[in-house]
Amino acid sequence: MSVESLFPRLEPLLPSVGKPIQYVGGELNATVKDWDEATVRWALMYPDAYEVGLPNQGVQILYEVLNERDWILAERTYAVLADMEALMREHGIGQFTVDAHRPVKAFDLLGVSFSTELGYTNLLTALDLAGIPLHAVDRGDDDPIVLAGGHSAFNPEPVADFIDAAVLGDGEEVVLAISDLVREWKEEGRPGGRAEVLRRLAVSGGVYVPQLYDVTYLDDGRIGHVVPNTPGVPHRVTKHTLMDLDAWPYPKNPLVPLAETVHERYSVEIFRGCTRGCRFCQAGMITRPVRERSIETIGAMVANGLEKSGYEEVGLLSLSSADHTEIGDVAKQLGDRYEGTNTSLSLPSTRVDAFNITLANEFSRNGRRSGLTFAPEGGSERLRKVINKAVSEDDLIRTVAAAYSHGWRQVKLYFMCGLPTETDEDVLQIGDLAKRVIDVGREVSGRRDIRCTVSIGGFVPKPHTPFQWAEQLDHETTDDRLRQLRASVQSDKRYGKAIGFRYHDGKPGIVEGLLSRGDRRVGKVVEAVWRDGGRFDGWSEHFSYDRWAEQAALALEGTGVDLDWFTTRAREYDEVLPWDHLDSGLDKDWLWEDWLDALDPEALEVEDCRWTPCYDCGVCPQMGTDIQIGPTGKTLIPLTVV
Amino acid sequence: MRARRAAKVVRVNSEGGTTLQGTPNPEAPNPQLPIVQKLRIRYTKRGRLRFTSHRDFARAFERAVRRAGISIAFSSGFTPHPKISYANATPTGAGSEAEYLEIGLTRAADPAEVRERLDAALPPGLDVVEVVVAGQGSLADRLEASAWSIALPGVSLEDLRSAADAFWSADVVEVERMTKRGMRTFDARGPVTSLDVHSDDASDGPCAILTMVVRHEVPSVRPDDVLAGLRSRGGLTTGQAPVATRTAQGPLDPQTGTVGDPFALDRDASS
Repeated sequence: MSVESLFPRLEPLLPSVGKPIQYVGGELNATVKDWDEATVRWALMYPDAYEVGLPNQGVQILYEVLNERDWILAERTYAVLADMEALMREHGIGQFTVDAHRPVKAFDLLGVSFSTELGYTNLLTALDLAGIPLHAVDRGDDDPIVLAGGHSAFNPEPVADFIDAAVLGDGEEVVLAISDLVREWKEEGRPGGRAEVLRRLAVSGGVYVPQLYDVTYLDDGRIGHVVPNTPGVPHRVTKHTLMDLDAWPYPKNPLVPLAETVHERYSVEIFRGCTRGCRFCQAGMITRPVRERSIETIGAMVANGLEKSGYEEVGLLSLSSADHTEIGDVAKQLGDRYEGTNTSLSLPSTRVDAFNITLANEFSRNGRRSGLTFAPEGGSERLRKVINKAVSEDDLIRTVAAAYSHGWRQVKLYFMCGLPTETDEDVLQIGDLAKRVIDVGREVSGRRDIRCTVSIGGFVPKPHTPFQWAEQLDHETTDDRLRQLRASVQSDKRYGKAIGFRYHDGKPGIVEGLLSRGDRRVGKVVEAVWRDGGRFDGWSEHFSYDRWAEQAALALEGTGVDLDWFTTRAREYDEVLPWDHLDSGLDKDWLWEDWLDALDPEALEVEDCRWTPCYDCGVCPQMGTDIQIGPTGKTLIPLTVV
Repeated sequence: MRARRAAKVVRVNSEGGTTLQGTPNPEAPNPQLPIVQKLRIRYTKRGRLRFTSHRDFARAFERAVRRAGISIAFSSGFTPHPKISYANATPTGAGSEAEYLEIGLTRAADPAEVRERLDAALPPGLDVVEVVVAGQGSLADRLEASAWSIALPGVSLEDLRSAADAFWSADVVEVERMTKRGMRTFDARGPVTSLDVHSDDASDGPCAILTMVVRHEVPSVRPDDVLAGLRSRGGLTTGQAPVATRTAQGPLDPQTGTVGDPFALDRDASS
């Protein structure tokens, strides 16, 4: 049965909504396929507004990988804004894809990529608009299989009621495996209906199906156990790791939107994973081991991506881009290649060291020299040791001095507030550091117009990290420390406008904390917030802490647990964590020891296993993976620039 | 002064260039190649891409220029911009068969080839229809008026005719619109030099069509403003969203009240 486009019904509504172009599709390199020719059909969702979701690398990669198979069709869908949601409800128009404006309900699978937990309420809007029952148990054979991925899927328990399945780790190979399984089931005539296809997915070992696991709770509110309730379903579900990035050079055909989006550039992942071992960093923990893309593939992807997109900026992405073993050669040779073409290169996520100034100078050859960003994360040396990001203050100052003496005028420093063991004094030292930065900047540059911007985010303990047991700092204390810090800097007239502050209050972090370390009981809170009108929780103008706090109190009534229990409570070694049955490869005992090391002032720094012996985090033996790094000694393939 | 500039130099073109003022100066910040040819381009906004805003189009066009490998000229200075000037863009949501812009090139190119390459590099709906070498005079000055066609689904021909007659017979029809400078009240009738009604035989239900020629003035009178006037003065009611399309833009013939071809002079000059 064919499926009709909803566009003719949508079109008359578009003049009445904000930025209608976001619902129109028509991106360069988008794919529209014949519905009837495909056996397996995916709707891929990024649960935020189009302008945020369109540039997402994960969705773009999977969209392309899936559409390359002639028997698979993949289209994209994004969260619609409030004005559009109201009109869609009024006119009975369901959640639609932007490629061919097909109803999401008609697809076999709805894959949702969660980079952040704050997209959960937007998932509910999309399901509801699509006419898909909110609760997985209420869905029938005609409803899509709702599948969560992305970093938040490493603890999908707070949305376990709403998803049929979750996938951990790299998506490229597993989406194809899932497609194969669904194709086989469909070609057999869908034996056993929905329940059977979900069972098959769960038995495969690489897909988590929450319904097939039972959770019990102890009298004190902690989890008793999580066990499979169906034969053949594994006790633990493992993450997926793509082992040869050179064999998967996506996106090959980057989507170029007509609408303005948050990132307007062609991005290449230069490696995945990070073993620096920063204890707060979930991304660094769950994406191990480090797998580099070779300089040759990077060069070829940049050339192809610019040609196909027409972008004038290239982003070299990774969790710590300057750590690529051949980053110096990549920077120099790309700089040479695009000299005089008005093409600029950017290197987000760099560490604090002098080498990066050399790199930054290289990168700014074809672009603007505006500001450099470093992330010491902790204000005091003591705290940086706790988080295993051991940058000494002198190193930081040396790096910053090098930046100012090379003509950079602005340095941005990222910090976190609320890290384990943090005191008021640790936070106040952020101000001292910023003042030293300005002092040295004025000294080496001989100028007064240099600036330092301090950005501070609230620390949220995340699953699968050594800090997963930590108590989160309450928002009142967070706000109080930030107030003290601001007052101490502003009271010193010598710095005036030279030091800028950017920070958020502590409240959103508490909700993020609830959703990060919550268990299945939090699903009721998510639903209650959504029913009360909660949408776009990642946007400060839409986020309401009071709504979350009120609904959490109501929804958790009688359970013996509450918002504080999930956030500001420290966990002990023997507690069953909601994500213990989800295997990121990290050995739980290693994580616990690393947590104890964090608290021990005498403990040694954990060094990066790329350059020092393995410290047994557990990932490589558990997952059958290895570190893949250069140097390869190769060079960028020269090419003639048009 | 030199020291400060040296620190900020971002792109140095070894072949020299111009300063911000346009005088050749190889030591200026970020010098660029001079313009050797100007091309004028007519393009469309068709189908669902009529929801492309002007800013969206400008970004898409700059990327298309890069993909098409056109030797576009850049401004000098700290943030070089490609030399593209847009004339009189349609409001978001209105379609157009007659949008115009002008580009500066650092190397002369064949207009027909540029048309083909740009058209291929833009998504279907944003179609490059014609490219000519710029002759004397300003393109913007030649765009004196626009011809519009507005489809009104759900409106009968009779209702539209009576509303149009009421509007046409008035000397002044004041309407309000929110502009960047707040709510403005202006006359929507004065700049309208012709107004006709038709029926759309291809449509399923009733659908009347309004065609008109509107002189470009400040503030510019848009299709929405005329419809607002038809509502207030002629009692017109529109249910489903009307769809406006600009069918032509160019010099206004004062005798016939029709819109001419703005490229006519350029074509004469190059032939």
